[in-house]
Amino acid sequence: MDVAPDWPAAQPLPVFEHQQARFAEGLLLDCGQRLDAFALAYRTYGTLNADRSNAILVCHALTGDQYVAETQPVTGKQGWWTALVGPGCTIDTNRFFVVCSNVLGGCMGSTGPRSARPNGEVWGTDFPPLTVRDMVRAQQMLMARLGVARLFAVIGGSMGGMQVLEWAATFPDRVFAAVPIATASYHSAQNIAFNEVSRQAIAADPDFLGGRYWAEGRVPARGLAVARMMAHITYLSEEALTQKFGRKRRREDSKAASFFGDMFEVESYLRHQGSSFVRRFDANSYLTVTRAMDWFDLSAEHDGDLAAAFAGTRTRFCLVSFTSDWLFPTAQSRSVARALNRAAANVSFVEIETDRGHDAFLLDEPDFRRTVAGFLAGCAEHAGIG
Amino acid sequence: MRVDLALIASLIAPGSRVLDIGSGDGTLIEHLFRTRNCDARGMEIDMAEVTHAVQHGLPVMHGDADNDLAQYPDNAFDYVVLTRTLQAVERPREVLRQMLRIGTRALVSFPNFGHWEVRLQLLRSGRMPMTATWSRPWYETPNIHPCTILDFRELCAQDGYAVEQWLAIDEAGRKAPWRRSLWLANLFGEQAMFLMRRA
Repeated sequence: MDVAPDWPAAQPLPVFEHQQARFAEGLLLDCGQRLDAFALAYRTYGTLNADRSNAILVCHALTGDQYVAETQPVTGKQGWWTALVGPGCTIDTNRFFVVCSNVLGGCMGSTGPRSARPNGEVWGTDFPPLTVRDMVRAQQMLMARLGVARLFAVIGGSMGGMQVLEWAATFPDRVFAAVPIATASYHSAQNIAFNEVSRQAIAADPDFLGGRYWAEGRVPARGLAVARMMAHITYLSEEALTQKFGRKRRREDSKAASFFGDMFEVESYLRHQGSSFVRRFDANSYLTVTRAMDWFDLSAEHDGDLAAAFAGTRTRFCLVSFTSDWLFPTAQSRSVARALNRAAANVSFVEIETDRGHDAFLLDEPDFRRTVAGFLAGCAEHAGIG
Repeated sequence: MRVDLALIASLIAPGSRVLDIGSGDGTLIEHLFRTRNCDARGMEIDMAEVTHAVQHGLPVMHGDADNDLAQYPDNAFDYVVLTRTLQAVERPREVLRQMLRIGTRALVSFPNFGHWEVRLQLLRSGRMPMTATWSRPWYETPNIHPCTILDFRELCAQDGYAVEQWLAIDEAGRKAPWRRSLWLANLFGEQAMFLMRRA
């Protein structure tokens, strides 16, 4: 019985020289451990102006990377946010200096579980637990290295939106405008639950080897693919799935006519999502970064009062949510907007009508594009950027 | 720009912090920012209008007068503006209280149910009046709390709000010449505008 498809040959991720900034000074993490030295892989687009006032930091989501607006060298696919970022686009690289770094703990060139520790051995599951704030602190060091003391804007969706909120809370004077998209101030129980299923799928793969798969040259491909398949469902919506696949079946060849063979289009789509993910993402990195999302709760250090996390802020905020997003529903963005009101912050809050679910922020949604463009234009006028 | 919005703008001191509740497409806040250098923000219940305003670079938040004013801290604004909406909110008295909690001053305009045409129609026909200002039939009007100028004035006195300025305006929003007598304004003013502060 063909219950499981043939996952791609379990090979370690390809090695590629990503553009990096190295930080020998290290970073003291929220968990109390110190990373003695670390690297962030990053890409920049456009030019920093003379008074260094036109920098926009783009923060990527859980499985995103620094290749925002160009071909991803490992997969050969288009950058993940070409819908918004590029010359003449919503986030216009002719006008702004756009920076995106692979998050700390990631696997596209930044220091993470796949990197070697000082003694030469791979970190693996010994990599210290990270928080979103650790990621943001590392990004701030990168911005300082690039000569940017103050960002014109920080923008990102999903986990990227968490980083945006964290930036505004941790470095209020370094962020003129913040655009948290399809996100929340804390990871909900439902979202932690989804992450846990993903992690358990990885841990249950016999090739996971307790996290030491790298030592044996193995990859827990099946577990990682299942994790991705499950997560991918949460990025879509019922309407989107129905429209795209409905109950359509694949034409079956005689061999595959078994009960468990490829039957529905949606199954084959998810399997494809799973298997292509395995070729570009490290399992331990997935565990580290999903855990960082789970820990995220901006109000935790303020006795549950989210407004206190933004007290006195002068940053201009634009929150965006999507009607069919059930992973980060509008109510979560609204509660952030209300907390910002309590802090008397300058807040715009828009819910975009779409049936494309959480993933809508990655796609070309005209109302969404125009909202971001309008907000940035308004902010540029207030900031005096020509 | 709507005449009544121009009138409102003229009552707002330059450089003020302003919240416009029911900001629509954002005309007033844009005008206040561009011509009077105000930090003007909007709140709007219609999402299409919110999107439109934000797409034009204006700080507008989706929300409504009944539910979203309680979030703001005391004295967050110099002026809180509510035009032609008070009669349509669920709890007008609470909305006014919130406006004068979060703002030093409140600027409120509302259609006057005491206008002579309204009175005459009800008296003559015995049916709900339909005028240029009150133009929707009773079964589909959003105006659930109509009041007259005298009613409003009395609520201000009851709740301790000082009326700094008031004027009667016609349907287009132009000033109407009934400034001397509240009683005449209540009879001949199609709409009223009040500028209040906490006493």
